[in-house]
Order: sequence, then C-alpha cells, then structure tokens
Amino acid sequence: MTLATEIVFLLEQILNGLLMGVYYLLIALGLSIIFSLGGIVNLAHGAMFAIGAYLMVQITDLAGYGIAFISAPLLVGALGMLVERLFLRRFYKADPVLSLLFTFGLALIIEQSLRMIYGASPLQFNIPEFARGLLVLGDFMYPYYRIGMLSVALIALFLTWFLLHKTPFGKVVKAGVSDPDMVRALGISLTPILTAVSGIGIGLAGLAGVLLAPISGVHPAMGQEILTAAFVVVVIGGLGSFWGVVLAALLVGVIRGLTTYFYPAASEASLYVLMLAVLLLRPRGLMGERMDRLE
Amino acid sequence: MTRQNQTTDLTKRKLMVGAAATVAAGMYAPSLVRAQAKAIKIGHLTPRTGFLGPMGEYAMMGATLAMEEVNAAGGALGRPLEIMFEDSVNPKTASSKAQRMVERDKVDFLVGEISSSSGLVISQVAARAQTMFLQTGCNSDELRGKNCSRYMFHLEANNSMYVNTIGQEMLRQNMVKGKKWMAFTADYAFGHDLFEKTKRFMDANGAIFISNDMVPTDATEFSALILKIRQQNPDLVMSNLAGNSTTNFMKQYKEFKISIPLAGADLNAVSIWGAGEGSFQGVWPIVWTHQVNAPSAKVFTKSFTQRWGRPPDNQAVGDYLAIKMLTQAMEKTKSTDTETLIRYFESGVKFDVLRQREGYFRAWDHQLMFEMYTVQPVIGKPTSQWDVMQTSAAVPGPTVDLEVLAPTKQQNACNFG
Repeated sequence: MTLATEIVFLLEQILNGLLMGVYYLLIALGLSIIFSLGGIVNLAHGAMFAIGAYLMVQITDLAGYGIAFISAPLLVGALGMLVERLFLRRFYKADPVLSLLFTFGLALIIEQSLRMIYGASPLQFNIPEFARGLLVLGDFMYPYYRIGMLSVALIALFLTWFLLHKTPFGKVVKAGVSDPDMVRALGISLTPILTAVSGIGIGLAGLAGVLLAPISGVHPAMGQEILTAAFVVVVIGGLGSFWGVVLAALLVGVIRGLTTYFYPAASEASLYVLMLAVLLLRPRGLMGERMDRLE
Repeated sequence: MTRQNQTTDLTKRKLMVGAAATVAAGMYAPSLVRAQAKAIKIGHLTPRTGFLGPMGEYAMMGATLAMEEVNAAGGALGRPLEIMFEDSVNPKTASSKAQRMVERDKVDFLVGEISSSSGLVISQVAARAQTMFLQTGCNSDELRGKNCSRYMFHLEANNSMYVNTIGQEMLRQNMVKGKKWMAFTADYAFGHDLFEKTKRFMDANGAIFISNDMVPTDATEFSALILKIRQQNPDLVMSNLAGNSTTNFMKQYKEFKISIPLAGADLNAVSIWGAGEGSFQGVWPIVWTHQVNAPSAKVFTKSFTQRWGRPPDNQAVGDYLAIKMLTQAMEKTKSTDTETLIRYFESGVKFDVLRQREGYFRAWDHQLMFEMYTVQPVIGKPTSQWDVMQTSAAVPGPTVDLEVLAPTKQQNACNFG
C-alpha cells in the first residue's frame, strides 16, 4: 500500500468519525439545553431516542417512509413536552438528584414497555430502496444514506442554532440559562419556554432515533447504548455552550473512529480517556460557561 | 305448587347439585392432587436485557412451553414443574441469583444462561450446592475443558463445533487454503475462545491470517471497521461477534456494499431476523432453525408458533430440551436425586433433540452431541419474514460420527476431580 493510499484511508476514517460525531451531537445537544435551562439530568433521553426509532418502524409500516420520517420526530418532541408538563417541571427547583432518579425510573419503564410490546428481539428495518448505494470519488466511497443523514442532521442543528441564537425565543432561553430569577422579575414566564425547550431537545433525540433506525438495530436497549456517549459529549463540551457540545461531539466521533481503526478493543475506553483528560485540564469542559446556580 | 311437587323439586335440585359436584370433583381432582404434590423447582437464569437479551427472551419462551407441556401431561413423577425465571444480567448478578435460588428457594435444578462468563460462575455455585446445572447457551470450550464441572451439562454446542461446522463449509467452497482471513471478535470470554478455535482451524488448514480485532460487546457502529475491511481487502471476513452486534454488523456491511465474502463462527436466528431480507448475508453455522426437516422439529415449531405467535429460534430449542430431558430422566430413574440423574445422563442414553438423529451426552465432558447446520440467504423471495435464510442439510452427514465436530479429550481435557 502506498503512502498516498494510506493517507486517503486515514482521511476517510477521520471524515467517518466526523459524521459519527454529528449523530452524537443530535442527542447530546438536547441533553445539554434541557440541563442548562432547567437543571434536569435527563436519563430518559436515550429512551426517547429508542421511541423515535420504534415510531419510525411502526409508522413506516402503516403510512410509508416519508410520513414516518416527518411525523416520528415531531411525535417524540410532543411526548417530550407532555413529559415536561406532567413531570419535569416539578423538579426545576428541587435537588437535581431527584430529577435524575425520576428520569432513570422513566427510562426503565419505557425500555421495559418497549420490550413488553415489541419483544426483546431487534425489529427488521432497513435503508429504503431509494437511499441505497455508494458515492464513489476515487478511493473514497461512502453510502448515500449516511450522506443524507448528515445533511438532515446538519439542517436540524442549524435550525436549532438559529432558534437559540437569532430569535427572541432564543434570547429568553439564554437569559433563562444565565439568570432565571431576573427573567421572571422582568415579567417573562419561563414555563412555556421550558416546555418548548424540552420538546426541541427530546425531539432531536427522536430525530437521531429515526435516522439511526435503519443502520443500527431497533431494540429496547438501544437508548442505553448511546446515552453514555451523549453524556460524555456534554461533559467534554461544557454546559451551556452550543459550540462546546458541537466541538466535543466531533472530537469524540473522530477519536472513537481512529481508535476503532487502530485498536478497536479500546474504542469504548477512548471516550473516557478523552473525558478524563479534558476534565483534568479544564473542569468546566472545553467551552463551558460559568453558571452561578450550578457553582 | 303442591308440597309433593316441592319435595320432588328439592330432590331434583339436590340430585343436580350432587351430580355437578361429582362432575366437578372428577374434573378437578387430578389438578388438586397435583397442586398438593410438592412442585419440582427449577431455577432458570438467562440474560433478559443487554446485548444477549433477545436470545434470553426465546430461552424463557422455550422453557415455559416445555413446562406447560409436561404439567399438562401430569408433571414429572406426578409432581408439577415450577420454573423460577430470573434475568442473570452479568456474572456477578448471575452468581448471587444462583446462590439465592439454591439456598433460599431450594431449587432442584438450575437451567439456562447464554453468557459463558455467567455460565462459569453459575456452574461454581451449582457445584458447591451439588445441584445439576443444564446450561443451554454458553459456547466457550473452556466450560467443557479446563473449567468443566461434574454438575454441569451442555446443551449448547461448543465453539469448536461451530468453527468445525463453518470450516467444513468453507473447505467445500475452497475458501481456506491460501486465502486471506480477517476476523472480528466479541471482546469477552466467549469471543476470545471462539477466535482461538477459529485461528486453530485456519492454521491447521492453510488459511492466511491477516488480523483480528477485538470489538466491545456493546458496539453499535461498525463503519470504521468496515472501511478497514475495504482497505485491507481480505478474501474472507470472519465474524466472531455476538448478539445484537452481529445484526448491526450485517446491516452496515450491506450498507457499504462490501463484496468480500462474509462468514461467521456463531449465529442466532434472532440476528438473522433482525437483519432481515435486505441485510442478511454470508454463511454461518447454527445449532438449529425452524426449517430443520425432522418430524419432532416440525411438531415443536408448530406448538411454539401456536403458543407465542412466532417460530422458535435456536435458543428456544436448548431451553425447551433441557426441561424435557430433565423430565425424561426423572421419569426413567423414578428419582430427583442429583447423583442418580447424573449417572443417567452419563449413560449414553439417547434423547430426541428435534433433529433427524437422536443426541446423547458425552460422559467425559457432558457435551450433548447433535447435528448442526449452516444457514445462508434464501435464493429468491422469502416466503415469510422468518424464512429469509435457508438451512443446509445436517452436518455431519448421516453416516458420519457426530463427534467429528467436537474437540477430543486431548484437545480439551476435562477432569471432574
């Protein structure tokens, strides 16, 4: 193998890692904004990702791929708002441990419910015919479906960024993150904002489930498998920072991809080594902001 | 109504009540007697969650069906069977639950398990308590060799049997001598043992070993590994993965349209069904499928499908057979005594193992000997979502000794002590 070919292969792995990072980002971003605004450590986030995948399979059977693709993330987002209105809002002023315990219990209930309804076996669900095939550019090859996933994920992330940074809604969210009492004192109710943020964050997890359903198994424990990586991304990126989470997700994707290439047995451990290194050098995460109520 | 008529009516009513009571007593007496008889308790441990969870679900369905059939036929020795099901989760939990089952719940037998690591610790608990353990899903050769136990019997094939089954098929396809093999292996006891047997087969038959990568058991994303396969361009990719990982690997292998032949040294039907028509590919060894052409297999498949609404997988068979074999042993020996039953199993007695040929336990390592199969994608349109694979004829062939697939005493010595 020539050096040039080696370099192309390595670049291919780095690009693949970056793409994987975008999938982590979809999940981690929701976790980050829900925690930043409401102080909720949402351990049920992975379960919502799983619900997204199951809805995708179910709705595709009933109404076709296109309708499922649009409706499943919206339904998960609506479920997120319902969960916030019924349960999460009771924990905003409580000890964070309580919300952690509640969402842990909720995750277990959702996982077991999926197991009872659909069984423990993975559901059959494959990439739709129209999205199969490979993009070939010289030595570089990549599946169309993954390129499509990347495009959809990037659009979703851009819209989230736009909403949080360029609209009046986003300004209230940012103000609510840094000083919720002052926002309330100005006569702005954070209650509907918190509901909307939960809907957006959990809807992003649902979208990730929809996108990943055809390439990874759809089974009850799928949420658990991805949740740990998402938390690592949030911790590395730093709380309250959109770009911190983006940077961390891409970094985790690349490090994991390269470790898988050079030494697969350490691919899981590589995440934690990276987290350890970042926390030792910068305990607030790469771009974490100081939040008085969390200090 | 006259007084006489009243008397007649009362007499009739008494007669009717009496008759009804008699009929009811006749109908329910056997079950009352059975309920009064002390149940034979079986502790069933298997992973119900995690990457082996899907197989564990089938294990439970198989054992439940067997228990229901035995109890409907009057139980064993006139006593009903009662199975206590527990999720074994991981070796630590499996050990403590097995301990609780033998000490607190006083189970008569232990059955189940899929993880070789958990199987080992359960066998240690069983040996200390002198309780029989019929393991139904652990593949590691070491459980039958270095870590064998007089109280443990193996209804699952060992890794050597799997490797030799797929090896025979690879030799037939001329995919061994001088061919470059690249392997991926689940990073736990089962995988390590399976790779060792795969490597032994490669070395013995002239295959060229390129590389083996250990893969964490909870890995879901294989794109980096698949890119590596494309870069290294072997003649054959050999999967030693397990559980849900196998399904994900197959789906993503198809997604990247890799044309390099794929084979595996271990497979469960749930992995095939999870991958489905669009993604199932390669040639794999398997202990049993619902397509096996044997009369008892067809009856079992029909009963299972009626009971659970879907056909049985290979794991369901192991747990079903364990309960049926225990019942046969108790009935034949008229005993539940552990030593008596061990001697019965070691006697070479034949069991209907839902295949063409009957099976038997080898006395020196307690491995059940039975026919194996290979599976590959069906040619043409599958007749159902369950029939995306086609099952080969039995391996070894009808005139060949069943033991040719299994390791010899010299290869995997077992000392019961």
